[in-house]
Amino acid sequence: MKKSVFLGTLAATTVLAGAAFAGTLDDVKARGELICGSNVALTGFGAADAAGEWKGFDVDLCRAVAAAVVGDGTKVKFVPTTGETRFTALASGEVDVLIRNSTWTYSRDNDLKFDFVAVNYYDGQGFMVKKDLGVSSAKELDGATVCIQTGTTTELNLADFFKSNNISYTPVTVGDDTEAQRQYETGACDAFTTDASGLASTRAAMADPGNHIILPEIISKEPLGPVVRHGDNNWGDVVRWTFNALLIAEEKGITKANLEEVVAAATADAAYDPEVKRLLGIDGDMGAMAGLDKEAFKRAIAVSGNYGEIFEANIGASTPIGLARGLNALWTQGGLQYAAPFR
Amino acid sequence: MTIAVEPPKAAFRLSMLIYDTRYRAMTIQVIVLALVLLFVGWLTDNTIQNLAAKDKDINFGFLWARAGYDIDQQLIPYTNDSTHGRALFVGLANTLVVAFFACIFATIIGVIAGVLRLSKNWLVARLMTVYVEVFRNIPLLLWIILSFVVLGETRPAPKDFRVTDEMIAAGESPAATMSFFDSVAITNRGSNIPAPKLTTDLGGFELLGVPFSFAVLGTLALIIGSVLVNNRVLAQAKAVQEATGDRPTTWWKSLLILFAPTLLFLWVLGFHLEYPVLKGFNFQGGISVAHSFTALVIALSIYSATYIAESVRAGILAINRGQTEAAYALGIRPGRTMKLIVLPQALRVIIPPLISQYLNITKNTTLGMAISYLDLKGTLGGITLNQTGRELECMLLMMMIYLTLSLLISSLMNIYNNAVKLKER
Ligand SMILES: N[C@@H](CCC(=O)N[C@@H](CS)C(=O)NCC(=O)O)C(=O)O
Repeated sequence: MKKSVFLGTLAATTVLAGAAFAGTLDDVKARGELICGSNVALTGFGAADAAGEWKGFDVDLCRAVAAAVVGDGTKVKFVPTTGETRFTALASGEVDVLIRNSTWTYSRDNDLKFDFVAVNYYDGQGFMVKKDLGVSSAKELDGATVCIQTGTTTELNLADFFKSNNISYTPVTVGDDTEAQRQYETGACDAFTTDASGLASTRAAMADPGNHIILPEIISKEPLGPVVRHGDNNWGDVVRWTFNALLIAEEKGITKANLEEVVAAATADAAYDPEVKRLLGIDGDMGAMAGLDKEAFKRAIAVSGNYGEIFEANIGASTPIGLARGLNALWTQGGLQYAAPFR
Repeated sequence: MTIAVEPPKAAFRLSMLIYDTRYRAMTIQVIVLALVLLFVGWLTDNTIQNLAAKDKDINFGFLWARAGYDIDQQLIPYTNDSTHGRALFVGLANTLVVAFFACIFATIIGVIAGVLRLSKNWLVARLMTVYVEVFRNIPLLLWIILSFVVLGETRPAPKDFRVTDEMIAAGESPAATMSFFDSVAITNRGSNIPAPKLTTDLGGFELLGVPFSFAVLGTLALIIGSVLVNNRVLAQAKAVQEATGDRPTTWWKSLLILFAPTLLFLWVLGFHLEYPVLKGFNFQGGISVAHSFTALVIALSIYSATYIAESVRAGILAINRGQTEAAYALGIRPGRTMKLIVLPQALRVIIPPLISQYLNITKNTTLGMAISYLDLKGTLGGITLNQTGRELECMLLMMMIYLTLSLLISSLMNIYNNAVKLKER
C-alpha cells in the first residue's frame, strides 16, 4: 500500500511537472504572478525583512522580470529554496525561474537540463574565519574543520582545493545556511566557506562582523545567475533580456529617477539614442518579438532602477555588505558586465 | 447427528461469479488485483513518459562516476576520488552503525525502565513513568536537535584545551581539560577517544574494497572460540549438576577460557592505546566521534527506549501473578523469580513489538539529516542526489535499501522469536 501511495505522489508530481514544462511565459501571464525561486535568507541577495517583504539583489531581478511579464513588480511569489532543494524546485515546475546565487556549471547546464541565461554576479569561493584563529591564508587551514552548505559547487571546490594543496580538513556538511552559520559562530567549525559574496552577506548579518575576516584566497570561479528549465527558449530569452535591459539602462545612464524624463526627452527628440528608444518601447515594437508588450523593459527598469542601482542599493559599498563592483562593473569601466546590443 | 445432503450439482454460469458467495470473494480479488496492476502500469508509463519529456532517462551510471565530495565519518575507506557508489556504502555503513548502537542502548535502557516502572518503590516507579511519558510524547526530531545543540554549545572549543609555554611559566591551567585520566577529549565538535593499536602489523586483505586486518579477524575468531569452549564447560557443569545435584565451580575456568587467549594474543601483538592530542585546530590521533553521531545515538536510544519500556512492562504484566506466587512459595528470591520465571515467558510478548522498534530506529536514523549526519540519506539521498540531479534513481535505490534492511532485521528477529516462543509439543 505504502508503495502505491509513493508512486501516486510521484506520478502526480511528474504529471504536474510535465504540464508546466514548456510555455512558462504563457503560464506566468495567465497566472498574473511570477514564482521566483529565492534564497532562504541571504541578506542583500534574497531575504524577507521584518515586515515580510522580500529584498535583495537577486530579488530585484525577480521583480524586474515580473514587471516585464505581468506588468507589476510586486506580483512575485518568492519560494525560499536551500542549496539542496533549489534545482528540484525548478525542475519540477514549482518555480518559474531560479534567481538564487546559483553557479553556472557544465553539468548543471547539460546533466541537470537547465539553462543559465545570464550572469548577474561574477563571484568566486572564499573562506571566512574568526580573527582570533590567527590564520591569514586559506593554505594555513591544514587540519581545520570547515562548514559547508550541501548541494553546492562550493562543496566540490573545497575538496579540490585541499587536495591540490596537500592539506587535510574535516568537512561539516550542513543542509541549510542558517545552521552552517550557527555552527560556525558557536565554534563547531574553524572556517566557513561559500561564494565570497555570500560570505560578505553572512558576515554583515552577524552580531560582531568586525571579529571575522574573509581570507584573501579565491579558490574558484562562481558565475552566478538566473536559471530556467532547458528547452523553454522563449522564457529563457525573456529573463535574459530583462537582465540585459537593466545593464543597458546603466550603460545609457537611465535610472529609476530619470526614467520618465528620458522617455519624455526621447519621445520629443527624433535624434535621441535609437537603442534607448527601442529599449523603452518608444520606437518599434521590440517587446513583441519575445512575446511581451512594448513597454515591458521600461517597466522592468522602473521597479528598482538599472543594474548599478540595484547593486548599490542591496550589496554596494554603502550597505553593510559593502561589496565593490570589481568584476561586476560594466565593461566600459573595466568589469565583465556586457549586454548584447538591443536591436 | 446431521446428515450431509449433497446439493444438486448446478452447471457453472457466469452470473455465479457475482451472485454465488463461493465465487464472489475470488471475483472481487481478481478485479482489485487487475485494477492495481493497471494503476501501477499507468504510473510507471506516465513517469517514464514525463521523464522522456524532460529529456531525462532512468540511468544508474552515475554510481560509477567520481563523487568529488568529502565525507567526515567513514567506516570504509573513501576519498573524494571514490565513486558515488562507494559514497553510498559509506553512508549505508554510517546508517548501520547508528542503528546498531541505538538498538543496543535503547534495549538496555528500555528493559531497565520497563522493569523499574513496576517497582514497588513508589519514587522509582513514578520517576520511570515521568521519563517514559516525557520522552515518548515529544517528537524525536526535537530530541535529536536538542542533544546536538547541547553537546555543541556547552562543550569547550579545542583551542581551550591548549597549554602554552607561557601558561606553564605563569602556572595557569587551560580553560578545559581532558576527561578520564586525560584520555578522552570532548570538544564542541566531537569526542576524541583513545584508539586501540597494535605494534606488530599482521597485514590483511581487501574484499570488495573493504579492508580486513588479520589481527582483527584473529581476535574475533579467538573470542568466538573462547565463548564456544566456555559453553561446553558450562554444559558439562550443568550435566554434573543434574546428575549429582552439585554444581562444580566454573567461574575461574570461565574467566580463564574467556579472556586468557585473547589477551595473550593482543599482548604478543603489542596492544596499546593511542591517545588523542591537540594538534593545530583539532585533536588528532585516537578515534574522533562527531557530535552528530553521538547526538543521534543518544536521542534515538532514549526516545525508542520509552516504547521498549512499555512493551517490557506489558510483557511482564501479561504473566499471571500466580507464576510469581508459585515461585515465591518455592522459596525463590524475587530477583531470580524475575530472571528465571517471569522474563523468559514475558519475552514472548515483548519480542514482536521489539522488532518493530528496531525497524523504527533503523528508519529514524534518516532524521540525522537535521544535524548534518551523513548517513545513507545524507550521501546517496543528499549530496549525490543533488550533485547528479538523479532524484528518481536515488530515491528508488534508497527505498530499496531501507526495505531490504527492514526485511533483514525483521527476519533475524523472527528467527530469535521462534527460538524463544512457547514450544508446543
Ligand atoms: N554558488 C554556489 C553556492 C550557492 C549557495 O547555496 N550559497 C549559500 C551560501 S552563501 C546560500 O546562498 N545560502 C543562503 C540560503 O540558503 O538562503 C552554488 O550555486 O552551488
